[in-house]
Amino acid sequence: MYPSRFNYESPKTIAEAIKLLDAGNGEAKILAGGQSLIPMIKLRFAFPEQIVDINNIPGLDYIRFDADGSLHIGALVRHEHLEKSVEISMRQPTIAAAAPLVSDPIVRTRGTFVGSVCHADPQGDWAATMIALKGHLVVQGPKGTRTIAMKDFVLGPYANSLNYNEIAIEAVIPAPKGVARGGYLKLERRVGDFATASVAVALDMSGDTVLGAGFALAGVGGKTIDANDAASVLIGQKLTDATIAKVAALVAAKAEPRTDHRGSAEYKRHIVEIFVKRILVANSTQKVA
Amino acid sequence: MSSLYEEINAPLASDIPIRRVTINVNGEARTANVEPRLLLAHLLRQGFKLTGTHSGCDTTSCGACTVLFDGRPIKSCTMFAVQADGHDVQTVEGLASASELHPLQEGFKQEHALQCGFCTPGMMMAAKALLEENLNPTEDEIRWALSGNLCRCTGYQNIVKAVLWAAEKMRAELN
Repeated sequence: MYPSRFNYESPKTIAEAIKLLDAGNGEAKILAGGQSLIPMIKLRFAFPEQIVDINNIPGLDYIRFDADGSLHIGALVRHEHLEKSVEISMRQPTIAAAAPLVSDPIVRTRGTFVGSVCHADPQGDWAATMIALKGHLVVQGPKGTRTIAMKDFVLGPYANSLNYNEIAIEAVIPAPKGVARGGYLKLERRVGDFATASVAVALDMSGDTVLGAGFALAGVGGKTIDANDAASVLIGQKLTDATIAKVAALVAAKAEPRTDHRGSAEYKRHIVEIFVKRILVANSTQKVA
Repeated sequence: MSSLYEEINAPLASDIPIRRVTINVNGEARTANVEPRLLLAHLLRQGFKLTGTHSGCDTTSCGACTVLFDGRPIKSCTMFAVQADGHDVQTVEGLASASELHPLQEGFKQEHALQCGFCTPGMMMAAKALLEENLNPTEDEIRWALSGNLCRCTGYQNIVKAVLWAAEKMRAELN
């Protein structure tokens, strides 16, 4: 398969990249990892006139925990960087659990975290993770820098709230008040396939007590599903049989699955409920039957 | 007219964006003029005639086109050739020396790890990336490392054995 013809630029600075996007007037597209964009261009679902390759902009591949505990992920951090990061494995369990489940190991050497969030695929692991973690994106455009909260970022399938002349330069995950706990589970028929159902759970715990919680779903609706509303029943509570069952049912009710060759709607909703329970049980210090 | 078709109103060369790229392929600098839309897999196969890199699914699924890009495995059907400008690319042709097979190639032979052979170059390049990081992988680690590469013949059993075989040989060579 051949992509349609395009112009290619690989700017060395963010400012230069923004200038190119601005001049592109909506017909320019940013190329980061390219693991979603290039297949889409090859299949001619996308046919940008101008590709702005940001891979040659230095200084965008950082994973950094600031002194306040917030996590900052630069635009060129690849999935495998997160998968292999010791700091991530020690301090951010939701991302640590999701990283090895993103696509397949070869795609993970190239694809980027921020690119995947921007792609806003209803099946995407990172947009769901970012919603559960209540993260935000730092974006830069001709008028300067602004932040967009994840809850306002994903507008629909493959649609985000970036302007055509803006670049998401960093993803930020706020610091927990207590200790960050959580997890990510995905059911797929084989590695790299679209998910049957995925569940992201972010917990902010002080001892046994839940200070904050976030839930998001992928693969069970027309877009990434924000199920953070369900979390209120956990706040100030301990993770017990009863609280876990209650929140799992609420999160499962948020799913909008459709029956297809990956399973019936009922089956997918059931998987969501089971996955929420499994993650919460794994994070509970109580004995749960 | 020397052919059955003669284009009368061809697009001007100046309308087609062309980039000059120099890529270090298997240790040798190769330079080419490419259209930005040319995929790395196509430049390797049709341009440089390195047909060991296979084009399988062409949709980032099968891994037959896996090459090492600055030492890390990538699917060369999912990178534009222009992006490789100034970078190192290793293909399956770079594995063996003139007189000796790479331990992975030997392992695939010893353990009968191929039937039709179509997935083999990608399998070997993905395995090479694994062994460069971990010369003592478990069976499980090998299976995960190769999970982006599809084989429709072998059921993977002997491919895993071949990588274990190569790892053992490479460890022995170190000592």
